[in-house]
Amino acid sequence: MTGPAAEPTATTPSNGLWARKGRDVAIASTLCLFVISVAFTNWPLVAGQMLGHELFVRYWPRIQGGLLTTLNLVFVSMLIGGILAFPIAFARDSRNRFLSGWAFSYVYFFRGTPLLAQTFLIYHGLGQFMAPHRELLDSLGLWAYAREAYWYVLFAFALNTAAYQAEILRGAIASIPKGQREACQSLGIPDHIGFRKVILPQALITALRPYGNEIILMIKGSAVATVVTVFDLMGTTRLAFSRSFNFEVYLWAAILYLLLVECLRRIWDIVEWWITRHLRPANG
Amino acid sequence: MGHLFSLLAWGPDGWGDEIASGVLVTVGLAFATLPFGLLLGFLVALAKRSDIWLLNAFGNLYTTIFRGLPELLTLFIVYYGGQILLQKLIGLFFDVQVEINSFLAGMIALGVVFSAYSSEVFLGAFQGISRGQAEASRALGLSRWLTLRLVIVPQLLRLSLPGLCNLWLVLLKDTALVSVIGLPDTLRMTNIAVGVTKEPFFFYLICCLIFLVLAVLSSIVIGFIESRVERGQRRSNA
Repeated sequence: MTGPAAEPTATTPSNGLWARKGRDVAIASTLCLFVISVAFTNWPLVAGQMLGHELFVRYWPRIQGGLLTTLNLVFVSMLIGGILAFPIAFARDSRNRFLSGWAFSYVYFFRGTPLLAQTFLIYHGLGQFMAPHRELLDSLGLWAYAREAYWYVLFAFALNTAAYQAEILRGAIASIPKGQREACQSLGIPDHIGFRKVILPQALITALRPYGNEIILMIKGSAVATVVTVFDLMGTTRLAFSRSFNFEVYLWAAILYLLLVECLRRIWDIVEWWITRHLRPANG
Repeated sequence: MGHLFSLLAWGPDGWGDEIASGVLVTVGLAFATLPFGLLLGFLVALAKRSDIWLLNAFGNLYTTIFRGLPELLTLFIVYYGGQILLQKLIGLFFDVQVEINSFLAGMIALGVVFSAYSSEVFLGAFQGISRGQAEASRALGLSRWLTLRLVIVPQLLRLSLPGLCNLWLVLLKDTALVSVIGLPDTLRMTNIAVGVTKEPFFFYLICCLIFLVLAVLSSIVIGFIESRVERGQRRSNA
């Protein structure tokens, strides 16, 4: 095989890139579509009805609701935690000893204690301070929120993941050579623009993999929400088990969790491969 | 504030001794899980390195499953599933009600999770030992078993120590989950104390601080172990 015709990738590098990764992309997108369809459409229920699986037909709607709650909890708490992570990461490296000490203790506390204990601390502990102010909260229309376990769990998860994400971010920023910032300064670029346009994009590439791991840890960790009466995937499964005494429901939940984690892992592999394409030799 | 701390008193009036007994259970569970998880993890790592296709696939499936499942779900599966399985097995011969011990269930579940992660650590450490070492051992006439025991494992332990220490800290935190199936550990005793005293914030804070102290103590011990294990290594700046 000689001649230019043998190397079509040379003229269309991006197509060539995707062609190399085609199989992985196909698997990941199929898996992803499958998970989305399981979470948001009712085909599993229809399939269960057609197969005449009575247990599944009875409990699936609840479990699907639980799956959505889990996804919601993870997504929202990751988002809030991601925003909180920035000030914490900066405070941690701050020259102000009070600020850096505070951020250090915050991160140490939330990374060093079990998520379950933190959830109890926030759910029952904060609830303790809310209850005496019931009338005030009621008049502000906040009592309905103050009663709902979901908000406490969301708060606990967000604080927890903020600590982990702050460490990820800090490590990633620290991994960028000092020369990059000095180069920005010598070009007269203000620090905040240099950070946003030069440092952060490179840091996020380093942070991508740990971020993915953190989301997976959060998906798994979110199961503790069930202990404080949030009906997430784990909670609805537990409910179904306590009513049916059929162990099978735990296996459905296991498969759903595995699908979620596997889906995320594969998407992450592709995203990482895609955003690091400029770091590899051509067509790599 | 004073009356809160008096709740922590030792004896029948305070919760100090109850919580302390919970701490012992937490530490005991973590220590009981460690050797089991390490051994299982090592075996899984060997399976993943094996040339036998079936063992290889089993090892990979094992890690994918137990790293992907929530620890709490694994615990429930072991606790309830184990109970049902045992009941069916024993029910074949005897007519008795089987109840699985929550300590044992916790140990198995946490050990399995620990082994899934530690097998990856071991696998990474195996890659840090060059092939030449095994070949040299063979040239010296060491058997496969002796090579593993005298040449590979000592180096493997040193290389995998940082990863394993991390896993230990994770394990220590994960033991709190076993309180959900009723094991009287630190968190469970705290729950009971909260139920009686109605002081959740104070007691859960104490509970978190206890876990923090355990983590700090572990870090100190880990520091000692690491410096001891590294003593035969040449420092890059020496």
